[in-house]
Amino acid sequence: MSSTTPLPRWADLLLMPIVNLAIALLAAALVVALVGQSPGEVLKVLVHGAFGTPRGLSYTLYYTTSFIFTGLAVAVAFHAGLFNIGAEGQAILGGLGTGLVALWLGPHLPALVLLPLMLIGGALFGMAWAAVPGYLQAYRGSHVVITTIMFNFLASTLLVYLLVNPLKAPGGMSVESVPFAPSAHLPGVHEALAWLGIEWPSSPLNLSLVLALLAALGVYLLLWRSRAGYRLRAVGSSEGAAAYAGIRPQHQVVLAMSLSGALAGMVGMNEIAGVNGKLLLDFVAGAGFTGIAVAVMGRNHPVGIVLASLLFGALFQGGAEVSFEVSGFSRDMVVMLQGFIVLFSGAMAYVISPWVASGIAWCTRRLRSVPSGAMSASGAPHG
Amino acid sequence: MDEALIGALTASTLRVATPLILCALAGLLAERSGVVDIGLEGKMLFAAFAAAAGGAVLGSTTAALLLAIIVAVTLSWLHGYACVSHRGDQVVSGMAINIMAAGLTVVLAIAWFHQGGQTPPVSDAVRLRPLWPGAAAALQGMPAIGPWLGAIVGDGLLGHNVLVYATLLLVVGVWWLLYRTRFGLRLRSVGENPHMVDAAGVSVLKLRYAALTLNGVLCGLAGSYLVLAQNASFAPNMTAGRGYMALAAMIFGHWRPVRALWACLLFGFLDAVAIRLQGVALPGIGEVPVQAVQALPYLLTVILLAGFIGRTVAPAALGRPYLKER
Repeated sequence: MSSTTPLPRWADLLLMPIVNLAIALLAAALVVALVGQSPGEVLKVLVHGAFGTPRGLSYTLYYTTSFIFTGLAVAVAFHAGLFNIGAEGQAILGGLGTGLVALWLGPHLPALVLLPLMLIGGALFGMAWAAVPGYLQAYRGSHVVITTIMFNFLASTLLVYLLVNPLKAPGGMSVESVPFAPSAHLPGVHEALAWLGIEWPSSPLNLSLVLALLAALGVYLLLWRSRAGYRLRAVGSSEGAAAYAGIRPQHQVVLAMSLSGALAGMVGMNEIAGVNGKLLLDFVAGAGFTGIAVAVMGRNHPVGIVLASLLFGALFQGGAEVSFEVSGFSRDMVVMLQGFIVLFSGAMAYVISPWVASGIAWCTRRLRSVPSGAMSASGAPHG
Repeated sequence: MDEALIGALTASTLRVATPLILCALAGLLAERSGVVDIGLEGKMLFAAFAAAAGGAVLGSTTAALLLAIIVAVTLSWLHGYACVSHRGDQVVSGMAINIMAAGLTVVLAIAWFHQGGQTPPVSDAVRLRPLWPGAAAALQGMPAIGPWLGAIVGDGLLGHNVLVYATLLLVVGVWWLLYRTRFGLRLRSVGENPHMVDAAGVSVLKLRYAALTLNGVLCGLAGSYLVLAQNASFAPNMTAGRGYMALAAMIFGHWRPVRALWACLLFGFLDAVAIRLQGVALPGIGEVPVQAVQALPYLLTVILLAGFIGRTVAPAALGRPYLKER
C-alpha cells in the first residue's frame, strides 16, 4: 500500500484487463477443478463451441450483439459519473417499445419503413425508462443506483402485467403476444448472406449486429469527438469544475441516462425484432447485468466493450455447448465467471493494480541496471 | 372480514417480512457505517445455499445456521476488503457479490447434489418448528372471545418459529446498539464524518469491518430462514429479489431500525394481500391486477426517494471510501 507508483498508460489500458481476466479465469478454473471437472477439457470444448463452427460463431455473435448494447449503455452513464444498474429494465422496455410498434403498424407498413420505426420505438421506451431515474437524481436528489434497481422490478412486473392481460394472444396458453407481421422481421445474417449468394447456417444472429457496431462507433464519436460528449465527460470527472465552466450538471445527468437507456432499449431489435418475432417474457435474460461486467471489463471504451462483449458472447455460447457435452456442467458457471470478472476488474481494481505497478517498476529497474552493471542506487519505491 | 382471514393475513405478513427485516437490519448497519451494500441479495442467496447444504448433509440446525453465517460473513469481508481496506467501488463490489452468488450456488449445488441446482430437502427435525403449536387450540377453547383469540393471536401471532420472534427482538437490539451504546454512536459517526472519528483516535477501518461482520451475521440468518422455515430446500435464485426489496425497505425506513421494521411489515402485508386479491373485485375499484400490488413496494420507494413523501437523508459519508491521511 505504501507504493503509489502510477501505472504506465499502456499497462493500464492493455495489461490490466488481461491480468484481471487471467485472475478471474484462474478463480473459475479452481472452482471447475473443485467440482471435479478438468479445466483444460472445459476450456477446449468451450472455445470449440464458441468459435469452432460457423453455427457456433453465429450464436456467439448473436449474444455479443445484446451485450454491446447493454455494455455501451452502462459505459455512457459511467462517463457522466453515474452507475446505471437499470440496463436490464431499460432493455425490457426497449423490447416492449419495439414490439408495440410492430404489433400496431406491422400489418400496414413495409419492412423498410417499419424496422426503423421499431428501432426508434424501442430506443424511446428505453430512454424514457432511464430518463426518469436520471431526472430524479438530477433534480430530486434520489440516487440513480437505487432508483434503477427499483425500475428493473417495475419493468418486469409491467411486462408480466401487459403479457398476461391486454397483449396476450387470444386463445393461447403461453404468456406471449400474437406473432408480428412478416414485415416486422429483422433479417438474419444467414438470410442477408443468402441474398449475396453466400451459404451460411441458420442462427439467431441478425442484422442488429451491424446496428450494435454502428452504435459503438457512434458512442466513440459522441464521447470523444464532440462537444456534447466533452460536456458529459466533464460532469463525470468533476461536477464542480464542469459547473464552473458553465455546464449544467443536471442537464448532463438526464442526457446521459436518456442516451444510456436508448442504447439498452436497442436490445429489443436483436431479441424481439430479430429472433422472437413476438413479445414474450424473459427475453432480456440478464443481458442488462452482463452489460455491467462488459463495461467494467472493457474499461468503458467502445473498443474494449466490443471485445469484452465478444468474450462474454463466446462464454455464453461456449458455456451452452459445454453444458451439453460435459455432464455436471451448467451455464451458471458462466454467470459465476461473470461475477468473478466484475469482482476482480471492477471492485478489486485498486487491490491488483499496485501489485502490477510495482512489478513493472521492478522489471524496468532490472532492465536499466543490467547494462551499466550497477544496482539501482536511488531510493526507488519498493513494494 | 372474518377472524380466520385476519389471522391468516397476520401470519403470512410476519412470515414474509422476517427475512426482509433481517436483511434490512443488515443493510442498515453497513450503510450507517458508510458502506453501501447492494450485495444483500447475493449474501442471502449464498447463505440460503449454505444452510440447505449444511442442513441436508450434516442434519443439524446449529450447523446449518453456523455455515450460513460463516458464508455470509465471508462475503461481507470480501466486500470490506475491496471497498474498506482498498478504495474499490462499493456498488460494483455489491453487484459482483450478487452475480457471483447467483452463479456459484447453482454450480456447487449441481456438482454436489446432482438435482439440477436444487439441494435435497432439509429433514423436518432440522427445520425450525412453531414454538407454541398448541397455542391456537388452547385459545380457541376460551369462552366468548375464543375464536377471535385463537385465529388472530394463536394462528397469526403465536404460530411462528423462534427465528421470527428473534428477528423482532433483533430490531430492538439493533436500535439499542445504534442509539444507546458507545459503539453505536461511533458507528453512526463513521457513516456521517469518518475524518472526525479518525481524529478522535478511533479506527474507521475497524468500525466499518465490525458493521460488515454484523451485516454478514444478519444476512446469514435471513438466508437460513428461507431454507429452515420456508422452502425446505435450496432452489436456484430462491431469494427472488428479496434482498433488493429489503434494501428498499431500509431506505423506506430512513435507515432507522424501527421504521425499517414497519416498512418490512408493510411490504410483507402487500405480498400477503397480493396473493389473496387475485381475481377478487374490490367494491368501487374493481379488480386490482396482482402485478400492481407486487410493484407497490418498489413504486412507493421511488416516490419516497423522489421526495414526495417526506425527505430521506442518507448517511453523509455513504459510498465514499475513506483514505487515511498520512
